Amino acid sequence: MLTLQCPHCGVHAEETELTGGGEAHLKRFGPGSDDDAFEGYLFLRENPKGVHFERWRHSYGCGKWFHAARCTVTMEVFGTYTAQTSKPPQDLLDRISEKRPGWRWRDLNEPA
Amino acid sequence: MSTRLATGGRLIDRSKPVRFQFNDTWLSGFEGDTLASALLANDKVMVGRSFKYHRPRGIVASGAEEPNALVNLGKGARHEPNQRATTTELFDGLYATSQNHWPSLEFDIGAINAKLARFLPAGFYYKMFIHPRPFWKHIYEPFIRQSAGLGRAPDPETRDPDTYEHFYAYVDVLVVGGGVAGLQAAKAAAKSGARVLLIEQTAHWGGRAAVDGGMVDGQPARDWIAATVKTLEGMENVTLRTRCMGAGVYDHGYVLGYERLNDHQPQADGPRHRLWRIRTKQIITATGAIERPISFAGNDLPGVMLASAVRDYVVNYGVAPGERTVVVTNNDDGYRTAIALKAAGLAVPAVIDPRVHAIDPPLVAQAKAAGIEVLMGRAVAKAKGGRRVTGIVVTAHSGEGAALREIACDCVAMSGGWSPVVHLWSHCGGKLTWDAHHAFFRPDPAKAPTGADGAPFVHVAGSANGYLFLKDVLQDAENAGRVSVGLERDPAPDANSEHAAPIHPVWMMPAKAGDDLRAKAWLDYQNDVKVSDVQLAAREGFESVEHTKRYTTLGMATDQGKLSNINGLAILSDALGEDIPQVGTTTFRPPYTPISMGAIAGQARDEIFQPIRKTPVHAWHEENGAVWEPVGQWRRPYCFPRKGESKHQAVRREVRATRNGVGLLDASTLGKIVVKGSDAGRFLDMLYTNLMSTLPVGKCRYGLMCTENGFLTDDGVVARLDEDTFLCHTTTGGADRIHAHMEEWLQTEWWDWKVYTANLTEQYAQIAVVGPKARVLLERLGGMDVSKEALPFMQWADGTLGSIPARVFRISFSGELSYEVAVPAGRGREFWDLCLHVGADLGITPYGTEALHVMRAEKGFIMIGDETDGTVIPQDLGLNWAISKKKADYIGKRAQERSHMTSADRWQLVGLETLDGSVLPDGAYAVADGRNANGQRNTQGRVTSTYYSPTLDKGIAMGLVHNGPARMGEVVVFLKEDGETKVKARIVNPVFYDPKGEKQDV
Amino acid sequence: MSEGFEELCRVRPIARQGMITLRGDLSAKAVKNAVTGVAGVDMPSRREARHVGERAILWMSPDELAVLVPHEEAAVAAETMRSALAGIHALVADVSDARAHFRLEGDTIREVIAKLAPVDMSPAAMQPGMVRRTRFAQVAAGFWLRDEATAQVFCFRSVADYMSGLLRTAATPGSAVGYF
Repeated sequence: MLTLQCPHCGVHAEETELTGGGEAHLKRFGPGSDDDAFEGYLFLRENPKGVHFERWRHSYGCGKWFHAARCTVTMEVFGTYTAQTSKPPQDLLDRISEKRPGWRWRDLNEPA
Repeated sequence: MSTRLATGGRLIDRSKPVRFQFNDTWLSGFEGDTLASALLANDKVMVGRSFKYHRPRGIVASGAEEPNALVNLGKGARHEPNQRATTTELFDGLYATSQNHWPSLEFDIGAINAKLARFLPAGFYYKMFIHPRPFWKHIYEPFIRQSAGLGRAPDPETRDPDTYEHFYAYVDVLVVGGGVAGLQAAKAAAKSGARVLLIEQTAHWGGRAAVDGGMVDGQPARDWIAATVKTLEGMENVTLRTRCMGAGVYDHGYVLGYERLNDHQPQADGPRHRLWRIRTKQIITATGAIERPISFAGNDLPGVMLASAVRDYVVNYGVAPGERTVVVTNNDDGYRTAIALKAAGLAVPAVIDPRVHAIDPPLVAQAKAAGIEVLMGRAVAKAKGGRRVTGIVVTAHSGEGAALREIACDCVAMSGGWSPVVHLWSHCGGKLTWDAHHAFFRPDPAKAPTGADGAPFVHVAGSANGYLFLKDVLQDAENAGRVSVGLERDPAPDANSEHAAPIHPVWMMPAKAGDDLRAKAWLDYQNDVKVSDVQLAAREGFESVEHTKRYTTLGMATDQGKLSNINGLAILSDALGEDIPQVGTTTFRPPYTPISMGAIAGQARDEIFQPIRKTPVHAWHEENGAVWEPVGQWRRPYCFPRKGESKHQAVRREVRATRNGVGLLDASTLGKIVVKGSDAGRFLDMLYTNLMSTLPVGKCRYGLMCTENGFLTDDGVVARLDEDTFLCHTTTGGADRIHAHMEEWLQTEWWDWKVYTANLTEQYAQIAVVGPKARVLLERLGGMDVSKEALPFMQWADGTLGSIPARVFRISFSGELSYEVAVPAGRGREFWDLCLHVGADLGITPYGTEALHVMRAEKGFIMIGDETDGTVIPQDLGLNWAISKKKADYIGKRAQERSHMTSADRWQLVGLETLDGSVLPDGAYAVADGRNANGQRNTQGRVTSTYYSPTLDKGIAMGLVHNGPARMGEVVVFLKEDGETKVKARIVNPVFYDPKGEKQDV
Repeated sequence: MSEGFEELCRVRPIARQGMITLRGDLSAKAVKNAVTGVAGVDMPSRREARHVGERAILWMSPDELAVLVPHEEAAVAAETMRSALAGIHALVADVSDARAHFRLEGDTIREVIAKLAPVDMSPAAMQPGMVRRTRFAQVAAGFWLRDEATAQVFCFRSVADYMSGLLRTAATPGSAVGYF
């Protein structure tokens, strides 16, 4: 049962105090978008063995949403950060690169 | 016979006799005994029958690994099956019965299975009971059910009289196991100032060292143990708990501890068990090792025991398991038992050792010096006896079992070597490595379980880590303790360092034993799995250890194979011609030993089994005979039957009274969420399918909410309180969900919008005053103008009613003149009582959720959860009028443009009227011609709401029908629950009552 | 282990506790003034609970505070805050009737809470003047420590009976853990 530190209130909350919200950094496609883009937004999800970015809500605590970067294999948590961003902070990405050289997730850390 | 020795027994208090019952015979033991030691002291060697063959079974072990001595413990409400006698502390009045026999332990009809053993091999049930198919339900299954299970389940009518609880503990270092390794590791870690919790599953500290002795730091092990416990008890940062087992290790340092507080003192106050929910930064598992049996024919006879257990009974309890004990061992440690028995004055006719030594190792020499005959290179061909071992046949270990001589004995002490207890290491992903020199699996330090920071968080200490000698154990524990708190390694206290000859792995004894012996050599005592069964499985193609386990049931009993696993997989690997590490182990899963359901439930029982949400008027409902309907965690009155009235009659009365006079509904559970800010209107426009930003202050508007995939998720009335404040009503079940939905969009998508929300659901009691006489009632209460002119339909006003501050909404879910009155929750009951009092002569009638449902269905109003099921879009329900065409966007709009959503083939809402006036079954399907690919009847619609309408005196229903609105007047056929009986219904307008809406707008 | 037949701690409901929710920018001066003005208590920092007598301000989230005042003052206090915050993006709501409050008193309040909430209740981690929102068994709840021997627990009104049952069960005589 994992614990995550809520970046908003600082509490190290255990899983029973949290609600998982699925994949992070989805871009919303609304009316006017084509079928493929909308399908991707609504249904297509990463299922990585390794580095993953997720949304969590500290639902039994301060009620705030945040993001977490986690390894789905080892449960290692690389960091948590605010939900109010469309991209993980660079220092977190650097930390992940250090620990998981060559990692990739969607278009993040794609080789140049 | 087994008996109590005249002296000895370090754990018992001979001045305190204890009386107990076994199979309804009174026996006596001493304080400090376990049930197992007390039974042995009373010559009760045979204590049960095996699961499959009903063979006589005796006590094998002295601890948690015991496979045989499972008893029914306690009587009546405290009855509990499958309790291990070896871990049951004796107390005055203890009541136990043996299991799995009929009519008695001594004469058991089921023992016939033993004679049939050759016809009941591995996989027998799978092979036998598969054909003919129809026999399964009525012949095979009842037969198997009847013979399945060991103990007797408690009477379902009894209620557990004990209490249980949880406790959350947060520590730096958790040490599991209170032997010398655990004690030393705790001490080493605690020196750093870290918060340390040390738990031990038994009632005693010190583990094996307390029995086997040795010198630590110049003092006897027992003295060192006592001194170390005292030191630890004196440290502020250390907590010690006995009778507390480390049950399971989970991600991120989560560990369950199972503390048995009152099992040994059932009359004591307080909880029986406590489940420790521990979160620790580091874990040290100092869980010791378990001795392995040896696979020789007849090794399951009562009196054949683990060598270490025999010595435990002698040293700890002053009990001799036999008068003449033959020791059979493939390692030096087994000699300790021979020496201990001899020292206690008991006969040891021989030690049988398949090894051959050039020079005797110290323990062998010591045994010989004590006058014990040692037979080297020899093996046990078989143990003889019936309900008790009577002797053994000696053979050459390298041979097939030809008898060299027989030795009479009433106890056999066997040692097949030791297996580190690696369960807790393995629970969370720790890997093992095969140590061929010691013939056991040990934790692989390179593959430790890792925690949230990616670093290892489980460390192993002592014999659990594969160190079998005192000096090594202490050094390993010191290392583990220091490493767990980030300190450099340091020398451990000195201890005597033993020398021992290597173990000689023996997986089958004798090495070339023939089929008849293999078929009598037990691996898993509890599940009756023999060497021959595993070999058969291998021949039949079960190559994976996990498959073999399930096919043979090896290691699947309540002991989870603590004794049998390694022997079993060694046999399997031999049969497959592979190495042991290649075959590997089965997966170790928590809990280490079974834990009580009570401990898992904790405090959650009776009144606090689950939260029941109560409205401010709950007590009145209760006092007035409400029939409850659970709505989420809320309890809402379904109806209020009067004396002699059925529920149906009550609902009819409540509907009629409301339609003709005035009814009162407790609607407090409806969600009430305030949305405020300069972007509140814009936000609600995104949230609802219709336009909310244009709603004038003072007015109400019904709205629909969809999820992003277009499906209708909630509905309710929105009131605009002021320019930038809206009050959104949700369904009862939707309040928390919709509030979370709002916060999610605000926090994660539109975080720059200026909007705050607050869920005020429970701040108000909301009472609906409904019916043609509603206005009269409110006017009698007085305080504000509730006339049509001052407060028209779909408006709200603040004021007071009967001097209670109130916000009054002119909204209607029944089609009648209706006011929903919100008052502070603390005054809700007062307002309710006031209405009843003032309206008494108007025939005011409280009504419940069923009358509410009937009235809304008469009006054709949809209900979230009835007309919707997560696949229904508002367009399906004819709610296009509530979907804005002007808005560029709202949540769900894009999805509703997908081709499937706009298809003309969707099922759509209609009213349904049976031709005979009967009530359609809920959920009934309308059949269509033909059958689908699975041979099922095609369908063309289904019933979503169906009621008897007291107003119209006939059945009315709503349903989703293929292209329904275009088929008005058409008759379709529904099937009743039996799938046969047809009910014809005509498709009609879903508004059955007052279609022009004149009654609500007066 | 302390073996007594007394409850581990006294549990009593606080009848009619006034409580006002404020959502807004907690760093804004107007917000601080509005809140401290009606409470007569200093502004709390993250996860702090400041109190003077029966008045308190609890930090609930980065944009939410709870103001505790006597029940009979709550409506007026909320109105005062609303006026003070006119024109400022903030939400003030009187939730006095929406919550139930309990006071725990005694030497073992830490143990009683630790039986119900997944929170490190050690004196090093949870100190007087701190507030924590979490769950108690199966419901959302919060608590704060007034001092070493006094805690206040709050939850939704509808589950007040459940909470009362939980707290009394956790404080049952004979169930001392002896941990802290």
